[in-house]
Amino acid sequence: MATTIKLTVNGKPAVLHTDDPSMPLLYALRDQLGLHGLHFGCGLAQCGACTVHYYGEALRCCVMPISAVAGAEVVTLEGLGTPEKPHPVQQAFIDEQAAQCGYCINGMIMQAAAFLATNKRPTEDQVRQALAGNLCKCGTHVRILRAVMRAAEKMA
Amino acid sequence: MLDTPISRRTFLKGGGALVVTFSLTPVGAQQARNAAKSVNSDDVGAFIAIDDKGAVTLYSGKVELGTGAITAITQMAAEELSVPFARVTTIQGDTALTPNQGPTYASLSVQDGGVQIRRAAATARESLLDQAAGKLGVAKGELAIRDGVITPRAGGKGLSYAEVVGDRQLTIKVNPAAPLKDPKDYTIVGKSVPRLDIPAKIFGTFDFVQDVKVPGMLHGRMIHPAAFRAKLESFNDAACRKIPGYVRAVRKGDLLAVVATNEWAAISASNTIVAKWTDWAGLPEESRLFDYIRNSKIDRNEVFQSTGDSTAAMKQGGRMLQATYDLAMNTHGSIGPSCAVAQYENGKLTVWTPSQASHLLRGQLATMLQMKPEDVRCIYVEGAGCYGRNGSDDCTSEAAVIAREIGKPVRLQWMRQDEHGWDPKGPPSLLDYRATVDGEGRITAWESDIFLPERPLRRSGVTLLGAVLANLPKFGPESANLANPGLGVPYALPNSKLTAHWLVDTPLPAAWIRAPGRMQNTFGNESFLDEIAAATGADPFEIRVRYLKDPRGLELFERLRQFSKWEPRGSRPRDTGSVARGRGVSYAKYELVRTYVGVVADVSVERSTGKVKVDRVFVAHDCGQIINPDGLRNQIEGNVVQTVSRSIVEKLTFSRSAVTSLNWGSYPILTFPNVPEVVIDLIDRPNDVPWGAGEPTTSVIPSAIANAVFDATGARLRSVPFRPATVLAALGAVPPR
Repeated sequence: MATTIKLTVNGKPAVLHTDDPSMPLLYALRDQLGLHGLHFGCGLAQCGACTVHYYGEALRCCVMPISAVAGAEVVTLEGLGTPEKPHPVQQAFIDEQAAQCGYCINGMIMQAAAFLATNKRPTEDQVRQALAGNLCKCGTHVRILRAVMRAAEKMA
Repeated sequence: MLDTPISRRTFLKGGGALVVTFSLTPVGAQQARNAAKSVNSDDVGAFIAIDDKGAVTLYSGKVELGTGAITAITQMAAEELSVPFARVTTIQGDTALTPNQGPTYASLSVQDGGVQIRRAAATARESLLDQAAGKLGVAKGELAIRDGVITPRAGGKGLSYAEVVGDRQLTIKVNPAAPLKDPKDYTIVGKSVPRLDIPAKIFGTFDFVQDVKVPGMLHGRMIHPAAFRAKLESFNDAACRKIPGYVRAVRKGDLLAVVATNEWAAISASNTIVAKWTDWAGLPEESRLFDYIRNSKIDRNEVFQSTGDSTAAMKQGGRMLQATYDLAMNTHGSIGPSCAVAQYENGKLTVWTPSQASHLLRGQLATMLQMKPEDVRCIYVEGAGCYGRNGSDDCTSEAAVIAREIGKPVRLQWMRQDEHGWDPKGPPSLLDYRATVDGEGRITAWESDIFLPERPLRRSGVTLLGAVLANLPKFGPESANLANPGLGVPYALPNSKLTAHWLVDTPLPAAWIRAPGRMQNTFGNESFLDEIAAATGADPFEIRVRYLKDPRGLELFERLRQFSKWEPRGSRPRDTGSVARGRGVSYAKYELVRTYVGVVADVSVERSTGKVKVDRVFVAHDCGQIINPDGLRNQIEGNVVQTVSRSIVEKLTFSRSAVTSLNWGSYPILTFPNVPEVVIDLIDRPNDVPWGAGEPTTSVIPSAIANAVFDATGARLRSVPFRPATVLAALGAVPPR
C-alpha cells in the first residue's frame, strides 16, 4: 500500500514514498532523494557504510524501516558539511588524505562526528573503540585514526 | 597534426547521481567525434588531447581502484608536459576512449601505465616545441616551457600550447626515445599532491558505479544457485507479482534474476521467488582441504629457480630441516558489493563496470554474447576497493545477459551474500620446504615445492559467472599468461630449486588477490629461513644479510635495522609473561626483479587464549623513483593493515555444496582495536625508474608475524590465518626449555 513519510533531512522537510513500510530508509535516501554519500555495504548493519545521523546519533539506515522515521531528523554526509563549509571531521579526513577507495568513508565520518559531538578530547583507544564496528577492507584505518584525532583536537 | 576535435565528457551531472545522457547535442555530437579518437597505444593522441583553451585531457587505460594510481599517473603526465597539475583531466578505462594498457593489477599502474603515458607526454612536448620553434622562428634549443607556455629563453613573445595545437588531436606516434625531463627539474612528480578523488568522497558527491543511472533502467537482483554447480530445475515467481514495482523474472540456463522498477522491489522479489535447484555436493571437506590440494591433479611442473645442484648437495648429508606451510582461501571482501549497469540496444552492448580490466572484459563479454568486440563498450566507473579479480566482472556479465534478455537497461547490484559467496576466491596454497645445513650452520641445499592452481596465475582462466550460469560461450582458456608470479628466493643460495606444481583445478573458482602467489611464496621462504636461523642459532637479520648479495637489498636491510632498532634475538631469554612479546623480520624483492621491501613486526601473544595482536609494523620500502610520497605511504599502510587481517583473521568457510562465510559475521576482518601502528621509511631514488607499490608490502606480512610469534613464544605458525585455536595448538607443541 502506498505510504508517504514526512521527515526532516539535512534541515529541510522531505517526503518519501513507499509501497512497503518495511523498506529500509537507505533506499529512499539514495534513490528518491539522490543522497548517495551513504552506501549499501551489507544490508545487515554489520559494516557501517550506510551510517546517517538520526536525531544526532549514528544510525545504520540499511536496516531502519522507513515507517519508523516519520517526523525524524536525519542528517546525511551531504548535510554534515560542504566543500565551502566542511565539518571539522571532513576537513581532517582531507588533511590526512584518509581514504583509499572511500566507499566506507561515509560511515567513518558520520560515526566519528556523532562520537566527537559528545566526547571531547578522547584518547586514541577510545576512538578505536568508537569505530570498532565500522569496517574498511582497504586498510585505511591508521589514517582514519589520525584524522579523527586531528578533528578531536579542533573540536575540543 | 590533424583536425579532429577532442571530446572530454560522456557523462553529465544531475540529480545527485551520475546520469548518463543520450541527447544528441552537445554530448551526442561529442560521442560522434569519439568514434574518431584513436585508442591505439602507438598514438600520442590515444593518451593526450589539448584543447583550444590549453586544457589537457589524459586518457588512461589504467584505472583508479582506490590506490591513488590515477593521481600519480596524472602527476607524471602533467610533469612531462610541463603543465599545471590542475589543468589535466583524466578519463579512465573506457574501451571507446582509452587505449588498452592492460588490466589494473600486479603493481603495474605507475610502473608500466604511468611510464607509457610519460613517454607519450614527452613525445607531445617535443612535438609542441618543434612546432613552436617553427612558428616563432627560434631554435628549439633556445625555447623553454613553463605552465604550458613556450617562450624563447632570451625573452620575447611566447606561444601557449593552446595556440600551438588549437582544438585538434595530436596525430603523432609515440616516440619511445623521446627525451625525458631531468628529475632535478621536477616540480610535480615527487610531491605529495592531494588525491584527485578524495574531496568528493568526503562530501558525498562522488559517483561510484552504484550511483550510475541510465534513463529507463530497471533494478536487478540475482538468485544464485543453492550449491556451486547446482542446476535450476524450476522457479515460481507467482508471489512476486504482488510486489508493487516487480517486473519479471529472467532465466537463462541456470542464471536466475528478478527485475523491478525500484531497488527494494527487486530485493523483495529475490527473497520471495521460489527456485528449485538440483543437489550438488562436490566440494572437499573443509577440514581436509590441504589433503585435497596435495592429492589434486597436477597439470604440469615448472622449475622457477634453480642454482647449483640441490639434489646432489642434499645427498652429501648434513642436518636436514623440513616444513610444510599452508594458507587459507580468502574472499576479496570489498565493502561495497559488485554492481554494474548494462544496456543492450540495436545490437550494441554498453556496460558501466567497476572491472579492473575493461578491455579484457570487453573481449570476454563479446565471446559470451557472440558479438563483435567493437559492438561492446565497457566504461569503467569506480566501485568499492578492488584488490584483484573480484566479483565485478561476474556481476557485469550477469547484467549483460539480463539486459539482452529484457531489452532494457538494468542496474544489477549483488547483495552481501552474493559477494561473499560468489566472488572468485584467493585459492588455498600449500608449500613444502626442505634444506640441509652443515656443521657451521651454513645452508648447503634448499628446495621448495609450491602447489598453486594453474588458473588464474598462468592462464587468464577466470571465466565470467554469467557465462557459466547461462551456459554461454566462455573466454578461451588458452589465452596468454596474465601474470608472472616471479617465484623463488631473493637470496644467493648455493644449491636451490623451486618447483611450482600447477594444479588443474581448485575447490572453488579461483582468482588473483593482492600479491597472488607472491605472498604465499614469501610466507614459505621467509618462515623457513627463520626456522633455519633458529635451528642454527643465527639472528634472523644476520642470516638474511649473510645470503643477500644485492647491494640495494643490503642498503634496505641496514635502514630497516636502524629505524626499527633491531637487536640480535638469538640469545635473548624468551618472554614468559601471560602476554608474550616478540618481533619478526621478513624481506622480499618483488617477483625477484623489482620493488624491495623489508618489515619488522612487533606482536603480542596472549598465552591463555592464543590471541595474536600485531602492535607495530616497521616498513622499509624502495620502489625506485617515488611519484607521490603520501600516496605511496597510503598504499603501504593499506598493504600492511589488509594483510594483517588476512594473516590473523580472515578465513573462508564452506560446506560440501557452497561457501558458508556469507557475511562479516562469518567472515570477520580486522577492526580498529586491533590495527597496528605502521612506521614507514621510504627510500627514494629520483633518478631511477618507478616500480610498483600496490602489492610488495603485502607479500612480507604473514611471515613477519609468524616469525615474531616464534620469537615471542617459541611456537612456529605454519598455517595462515593465525587464529587463536591455531596459535593455542602451536603453543601446546612448544618443547619445554
